[in-house]
Amino acid sequence: MNIIITIVVTALAVLYAGLFKAKKALLPLTLLGLLISLTFAVTAWNSNTVYYGMMEMDNFAIAFSSLTILGTIFIFLLTQNYFSKNSENIAEYYTLILFALSGIVIMVSYTNMSMLFIGIEIMSVALYILAGIRKNNFASNEASLKYFLMGAFSTGFLLFGITLVYGATGSFSLHAINQYLIGNYQAVSPLFYPGVILIMIGLCFKIGAAPFHFWTPDVYEGAPSLITAFMSTVVKTAGFAAFLRLFAGTFAPLHDFWMPPLMAIVCITLFIGNVTALFQKNFKRMLAYSSISHAGYLLFSLITLTANSANNVMVYAAAYTFASIIAFAVLILVKQKTGHDTFESFNGLGKRNPLVALALTIAMLSLAGIPLTAGFIGKYMMFLNVMNEYQIYLVAFAILNALVGFYYYLKVIVAMYFKEGSEIVLETPVQYKVVLILSVIITIFLGVYPTIILNLI
Amino acid sequence: MEQLLILLIFLPVVGALVTAFTGNAAKHVALVFAVASLALTAVVAGQFVPDASTQFVVNLPWIQDLGISFHAGIDGISLITVLLTNVLVPVIILASYQHNYKSPAGFFALILFMQAGLLVVFTAMDAFLFYIGWEAALIPIYFICAIWGGKDRIKVNMKFFVYTIAGSLFMLLGIIYLYLQNPAHNFDIQALYQLHLDPVQQGWIFWSFFIAFAIKMPVFPFHTWQPDTYTEAPAAGTMLLSGIMLKMGIYGVIRWLLPIVPAGVQDWGNTAIILSVIGIVYASLIAFKQRDAKRLVAYSSIAHVGLISAGIFALNMQGLQGAMIQMLSHGINVIGLFFVLDIVFSRVKTNTIAELGGIAKSAPKLAIAFLIIVLGTVALPGTNGFIGEFLLLIGIYQYNIWAVVFAGLTVIFGAVYMFRMYQNIMLGKTNELTVGFADIKGTEQIVLGIICILIIVLGVYPKPILHLSEASVQQLLEQVNQKLTSVK
Repeated sequence: MNIIITIVVTALAVLYAGLFKAKKALLPLTLLGLLISLTFAVTAWNSNTVYYGMMEMDNFAIAFSSLTILGTIFIFLLTQNYFSKNSENIAEYYTLILFALSGIVIMVSYTNMSMLFIGIEIMSVALYILAGIRKNNFASNEASLKYFLMGAFSTGFLLFGITLVYGATGSFSLHAINQYLIGNYQAVSPLFYPGVILIMIGLCFKIGAAPFHFWTPDVYEGAPSLITAFMSTVVKTAGFAAFLRLFAGTFAPLHDFWMPPLMAIVCITLFIGNVTALFQKNFKRMLAYSSISHAGYLLFSLITLTANSANNVMVYAAAYTFASIIAFAVLILVKQKTGHDTFESFNGLGKRNPLVALALTIAMLSLAGIPLTAGFIGKYMMFLNVMNEYQIYLVAFAILNALVGFYYYLKVIVAMYFKEGSEIVLETPVQYKVVLILSVIITIFLGVYPTIILNLI
Repeated sequence: MEQLLILLIFLPVVGALVTAFTGNAAKHVALVFAVASLALTAVVAGQFVPDASTQFVVNLPWIQDLGISFHAGIDGISLITVLLTNVLVPVIILASYQHNYKSPAGFFALILFMQAGLLVVFTAMDAFLFYIGWEAALIPIYFICAIWGGKDRIKVNMKFFVYTIAGSLFMLLGIIYLYLQNPAHNFDIQALYQLHLDPVQQGWIFWSFFIAFAIKMPVFPFHTWQPDTYTEAPAAGTMLLSGIMLKMGIYGVIRWLLPIVPAGVQDWGNTAIILSVIGIVYASLIAFKQRDAKRLVAYSSIAHVGLISAGIFALNMQGLQGAMIQMLSHGINVIGLFFVLDIVFSRVKTNTIAELGGIAKSAPKLAIAFLIIVLGTVALPGTNGFIGEFLLLIGIYQYNIWAVVFAGLTVIFGAVYMFRMYQNIMLGKTNELTVGFADIKGTEQIVLGIICILIIVLGVYPKPILHLSEASVQQLLEQVNQKLTSVK
């Protein structure tokens, strides 16, 4: 609970600091608040506190909270000079991101359906505004509107699903619902089944899994890159944690029922994400589509429910988060300098900016899943989990998709190192360097020595 | 003892990290580290007892939760490939001395990184470690070929990378399957040897591994990436690919495929031999038609590797021992050929056979060295190629007489196209291009000298090398046969 309180208090403090024009204090204040909440999260390890049956800070929640808070800290470090160019009121942006984060912490720790809904809405409403925060930019406005409409739509599905489940079980409590399923395994109310499917659809919208992914590329492209970075890493991780908590935990007894549709979603997601990413000329759109494909890999953990499912998502999400943050950080730098975010604008980057190019190379190798990077361990855990039940065809299909992935991730490396381009020198602020170096270290460390994260949860 | 192997594997890594920061002096630093590795290898080879045991074993816990350990060791089979790697890497670095590569620090650092990856592949006793080494060797060579290659390098290398990574991923699938079948849930090679899979499972595992190995070697019809990549890669890249990297595939078959899924090998080995023999004939015929000398050597390499692969799947002592020695010989010869062609290219900017001629007149030393290498390649008795091809053909003969009839064509065809190439490049009349051809000097002389000496010494006195691997190969075959009888 003190994690959420700290984040919210920080958000309000930042807002007031903004009112009193203390611009210089915004970032330190935010980082301080986030570090304190991170400390709270880490010290709460193994304590397993339940708050009024609505939220539970178990290790699962703490691990995912820590990951999302850390990701947010990294993204805040990238804000230097980012927002101030567009607007005077940057305190509001900070506040909105922090509010979204508070929603996220609720999403990873809920034990009651109503808290799931509240968490998702707190996060989403903040994101609707953040996506459109460049109010004079047409694409940004479009992204915001699209996100809002789709988001509201998916909320409808989610809410309807929750209602049906409530109708069947008479409770919002995950524990009670789980007990009901175990108790009435043979005679589950017919209301329950459509409820599960509707909730699944609603959550798939949120995590951008196909065929409910249509908003993703446009919103990711239209939103400011920094917000896209936040959405595709921290928000996505939270969405998966929420998904996992509900399906791997509460709905587990009905696994046989919801697994086949989920399997279909996984296959479509992998296929559409990878194949469309292949044809993108724009780096940012490629990242958007590839993030769809990563949603497919992440959902793998739900196909076969094992004791490791949750932890596998954690490993994968961590690998994906840090690699994506590198990718977006470099994208922001390149776009600030060249004004474009196509693959061509990365041409010849390797010569003048060895550090940036090396970081992005490692990020791409990690996203593609090359050994000795965190991304490989993440993918490996997913494959291993599914192979446990000998879903070999699914793994073979995923491997073919991974192959497609290699192709488009390499396009960036090819552009940076092998193509002649205008020799640009990026202005890399110290904070960017810190983020890049830290993310690279984490990516390689988790790839070489993943033991510390493998049995966390 | 244990520290020796760790040092052997990680010395190139240290070398790479140091080299990366040395700017224009990189080639000297890289050479020092490569020679140090060679010296270390000599120490290892000196202490090695040629029995069937695995020596210098390192077994450190790594990712214990997943049953992965840093388990490596050297037996006779490993020692030959380790020797191959550590003898050829300094030669390749020395062969690159005349080139002014842009950003040399990166170039030579990547070569050393690749060396480390190769050493992991050749010593791994843990399937997962093997896979890591397999990929770790691929990434540097991809960058070497794609950054310093010819003008079509981007397209060609993408094909190369996607091909090889596709193979690797299927191998990974097989490795995960084996891991799950293993009650101990680890990747230890001995545990995997002990597995009892039914023939259908073995068939699947066979293909998941074989495709990866076949792409690397390459065996027909998985070879289509090879000629383009060899042609477009920088000289050192071609040498690394043809001299050392393709041996990863051969080594993989011997070390992992045969003992783990012998029934799969028995069921599908015939197919593998047929593919290899088709590859031999097909590649030889195409080699005839090549106008570019580099492509000719690339195709001849497919033919030679086809012979090795057929010899292995014949599953007998001669075939396997022939493969061991031929791995070494082929590496030396093919590096020699590519180096000569690189020298020619750097002087006259072409490798088109028809445009050359008469080089022997102005460059007699080069001509002699080239002749020795060509003789080694066409397996003249007294050169290194002879021993290997002879043993391989005996091995294949014991398996099937028709296979050896067609496989034997490689010797005849090889002699024809190799001598014709030699004749057209070195002999005959000089033209405007070749009239003032400068003879080899300095490092070129040293490199070709080393290669020629190796060709002749191995050809005249191959016994020590054959002796190194004999016991290990013997044991491997016994293991395979034992397992095959227990399945029945």
